[in-house]
Amino acid sequence: MSVPALKDEVLAVLAGVPDPEVPCISVVELGIVREVRADAVVITPTYTGCPATQAIEQGIRAALDGHGFRNLKIETALAPPWTTDWISDEGREKLRAYGIAPPPQGAAKNSLREDVACPRCGSARTEEISRFGSTPCKALHRCLDCREPFDRFKCH
Amino acid sequence: MTDGLTEYALRLGDDSLILGQRLGEWCGHAPMLEVDLSLTNVALDLVGQATLFLGIAGDADKLAFHRDVLDFKNCLLVEQPNGDFAQTIARQFLFSNWQELLFRELTQSRNATLAAIAGKAVKEVAYHARLANEWMVRLGDGTAESRARIVNGLDWMWRFGDELFDVDDVVEPLIASGVAVDVRKLRGEWDQRIARTLSEATLEMPKPRRAAKGGRIGHHSEHLGHLLSEMQFLQRAYPGATW
Ligand SMILES: [Zn+2]
Repeated sequence: MSVPALKDEVLAVLAGVPDPEVPCISVVELGIVREVRADAVVITPTYTGCPATQAIEQGIRAALDGHGFRNLKIETALAPPWTTDWISDEGREKLRAYGIAPPPQGAAKNSLREDVACPRCGSARTEEISRFGSTPCKALHRCLDCREPFDRFKCH
Repeated sequence: MTDGLTEYALRLGDDSLILGQRLGEWCGHAPMLEVDLSLTNVALDLVGQATLFLGIAGDADKLAFHRDVLDFKNCLLVEQPNGDFAQTIARQFLFSNWQELLFRELTQSRNATLAAIAGKAVKEVAYHARLANEWMVRLGDGTAESRARIVNGLDWMWRFGDELFDVDDVVEPLIASGVAVDVRKLRGEWDQRIARTLSEATLEMPKPRRAAKGGRIGHHSEHLGHLLSEMQFLQRAYPGATW
């Protein structure tokens, strides 16, 4: 198989591997699959201490093995560091539909920003409850209009 | 005797590991659920850093669970007991503001692995510093009770600040070759950051104290041994256990 054809096929397989902590999006949409080579898939962790990193690698391994890509290694690269700007537009929409406010595209440079729209009613009147949420990648917010608390994917 | 890079990686990794373990002690005990989540999230980031730094020095798990207390190279600040919540915040305030500056510079290291770890972690540490700074203000400019506690906590932790800016002959050659950060050059900016937040918290700079040092060469306070006895218990009782 040519490398571009292999790449497409592998990416199609990986598009079926969900993120273990935010299962509404795939590891590809999350932007952690950085490269597909003839001999390896290169992934990058979201957060250095993210406990999902191992589960993600196991999920990818199982998917590759299950589709006849046993010979592909999984390599981890730290640089360049993952940023929420690598989440695909489809991924952002899926997060919103799942009830998690996605980080705006291009917002990673200002990683401590707090303004965010409610993923349920769209209101911009929201407040931060806790900058550290249920997983390293999320913060806890509340909508001042519909009153729902919601998770926000941190800009990073 | 280990080589310079190994030693440097141990120091960086042990700072993160020991503080991560300390913060993990708050799990289920913090004053509010949100604070519990915050402290344990910071702990998780720190343990993640430790895994990467110790990975430069060798097998990270072995280094964490099979070394004895004299072989740990963390600064004395991070091994100090949590005390009350204010004392924990005072420790985090001094440390995270230092670590953010350190990692910002370490992204320029000639060692690509160190630079990559720092580039990844510096974004997380910005959150840690901000969390600590905000709590300094809330406690200092809060009630008489919270103020008294943060004054005490900071007074206790202050003596461990100077060690963060020490350079010895292990690090000196690494600075010369562009691998390590010259922390001496970060002191001015750190002092400014500390002063700015203290002023916002309506707190005074603590009185100068005789600096406590020695962690970088394995001279630790008695507290580290107690921490390790808990952290290493399982691997000592059941060597090689996995699950
Ligand atoms: Zn709403």
